Amino acid sequence: MHVTHDEVDLRLRVHRRTVGADGVVVLELRNPDGADLPAWSPGAHIDLKLPDGLVRQYSLCGDPHDRAVWQIGVLREPDGRGGSAYVHDNVQEGQDIDVRGPRNNFQLEPSPRYIFIAGGIGITPILPMAAAADEAGAQWEFHYGGRSRTSMAFLDTLERLEDSTGHGLRISLHPQDEVGLIDLPRILGTPQPETKVYCCGPEPLLKAVEAACAEWPSGSLHVERFAPKEQGERVLSGDFEVELTLSGMTLTVPPEKSILDVVEDAGVAVLSSCQEGTCGTCETPVLEGEVDHRDSLLTPEEQAANDTMFICVSRAACPKLVLEL
Amino acid sequence: MTAEVLSPFTLPSLPDDPFGTEVLTDPYEFHERLRAAGPVVFLPRYGLHAMGRFEEVKASLQDWQTFVSSRGAGLADFAKEKPWRPPSLLLEADPPDHTVVRTAMNGVIAPRTIRALRERFAAPAEEIADRLVERRTFDAVTDLAEVYPLRVFPDAVGLPEQGRENLLPYGALAFNAFGPDNELRRTALAQAAPVQEWIWASCQREALAPGGFGAQIWAAADRGEITHEQAPMLVRSLITAGVDTTVYGIGNTMYALASHPDQWAQLHAEPNLAKFAFDEALRWESPVQTFFRTTSCDAEVAGTVIPEGSKVLLFLGSANRDPRHWGEGADRLEIRRRAAGHVAFGMGVHQCVGQPVARMETELVLAALARRIRRIELAGTPVPKLNNTLKGWASVPVRVEPA
Repeated sequence: MHVTHDEVDLRLRVHRRTVGADGVVVLELRNPDGADLPAWSPGAHIDLKLPDGLVRQYSLCGDPHDRAVWQIGVLREPDGRGGSAYVHDNVQEGQDIDVRGPRNNFQLEPSPRYIFIAGGIGITPILPMAAAADEAGAQWEFHYGGRSRTSMAFLDTLERLEDSTGHGLRISLHPQDEVGLIDLPRILGTPQPETKVYCCGPEPLLKAVEAACAEWPSGSLHVERFAPKEQGERVLSGDFEVELTLSGMTLTVPPEKSILDVVEDAGVAVLSSCQEGTCGTCETPVLEGEVDHRDSLLTPEEQAANDTMFICVSRAACPKLVLEL
Repeated sequence: MTAEVLSPFTLPSLPDDPFGTEVLTDPYEFHERLRAAGPVVFLPRYGLHAMGRFEEVKASLQDWQTFVSSRGAGLADFAKEKPWRPPSLLLEADPPDHTVVRTAMNGVIAPRTIRALRERFAAPAEEIADRLVERRTFDAVTDLAEVYPLRVFPDAVGLPEQGRENLLPYGALAFNAFGPDNELRRTALAQAAPVQEWIWASCQREALAPGGFGAQIWAAADRGEITHEQAPMLVRSLITAGVDTTVYGIGNTMYALASHPDQWAQLHAEPNLAKFAFDEALRWESPVQTFFRTTSCDAEVAGTVIPEGSKVLLFLGSANRDPRHWGEGADRLEIRRRAAGHVAFGMGVHQCVGQPVARMETELVLAALARRIRRIELAGTPVPKLNNTLKGWASVPVRVEPA
């Protein structure tokens, strides 16, 4: 469901800057003249306008009832394009910053029951959702995963939420170095009626939750990904083979080359254009094998079918792919 | 490293009018001088910065943060003057606003949807090919390039039957409007009102046939992917950019091949080369020759600084023939060349969203002709069609020998 917030451009002051956890900075933004900020609902995010035209989205993770402040949590992403690094290294308390918002593509829909699943910095949109669910008198459980407790921000906020609800068993922490990954088969294995699942976090978590919810009633699961889709680690770190049925050859694809590179080097003519998995021109039928899809085009269902791939970016998730090329 | 700020007076400059009749008719000599002059060149005729080399053009297209589109993809700076029509949500927007609508359009023109249309697009291609080959002489523009896309694309969009004669004039208008206030632009705008009216009416939900691209855009709005205010604007984008470009693309490909009979011979021997022939023709004679961007900050390019708020003219057609990238044979048409990576469809977040449709249309009609025609040659002098942005032909008379 699409909710329209009235977006506005604002120049806000960084009222407070704290370290929320390893690699996480929490900013409290206020209007310099003390005026109320626009109202927002859980799941909303704002744009931070950074130098050189960079714009980055961050979820509002504070209390919607407190109209005086917007709170965001920023994870330092070492492989990102520099936005989070700028926030960590350059944004100070007392500094003014340009923002635009709020905007909500991840609205909390009414439901008698919720399962909240947050991975890492993905907790930011989920926190206000849990508070709102609690306020509405809904039943809810919250699963928060992260590398280790020291990397997981907002533990104190969760503690306070738990205390205020009086239901101590609602929130489960899953620091990976203590208890491993969140046990999704246990939590989501049996589809539950009248229950909505909200999830935000890194791509592997989102994919795993989507898979675990495959049998759930349509519309139960809501996830948020920030564009552009960032690719996770490759399935295979070494070489793999591609067999080309029309060209009559089998080639080895090393880690530093794309399938497209290798087949072109071998003299096979292939059409391509964007070289980054967005335009679809290099689409190639897959006859056998499992693909490590790294494009921005296929739906999860299409990916699972493993009958087509975009050879400029996608790779093999098995030792050999057979392509109709 | 300190970048030297070269004022417009010390940057290399060229006096040409890039939108004058001479350059629009035959741009290649100007492109050579443009590339030779430097990576960034000043064009005092309009007070513009220009780039014609492949490396800089491609890098600028990919750097949407520095070279923004929200201030217009034409000469007019939307921060300073009123656009001739409400700005395109796709072409004249930057992320994140752009991202939302682009994602929705990618869902409509997705590989699986285009594949499903292949049969529907193939039959008219075969039919037109049969008819033209029987005639032996025809005009590759008026009998082919302007006919085939109009047989298949408006139906695929779901446009009303009546009024389709507005499509080509509207595209020509939009592409002329990117240019300066010259006669081409003024004439186009003077005739615009009734055309714009039909176009806008055809973008509305009730005008569009079920199942077509237009209806699918409205369905995306119903699902909340875009707003209902954005839906007709996106249909407008499809109509604006989806017709003239393919007409020019087919016309240019036919001109290219008819003027290079040895290349046609290769295509006739292997009709599967059709999609590669089209790709090479796009590189060799790009239908969309130029696009503007505006610098969002002082931009350093190859050691010089382009001041914030400058209009920058990117010469896609020049980049596609830059020997620095394509080698010394850059000016030659070679259908077996690896033309992949050319910028005729642009590059980066704004790369042509209709690319799969354009490629399918041209592949089908070219392959149909390639199978039936052993030899093709020009049967008269081709007549250029002048447009501030598009390069192509009003007439390409040809004579064919059947297989």
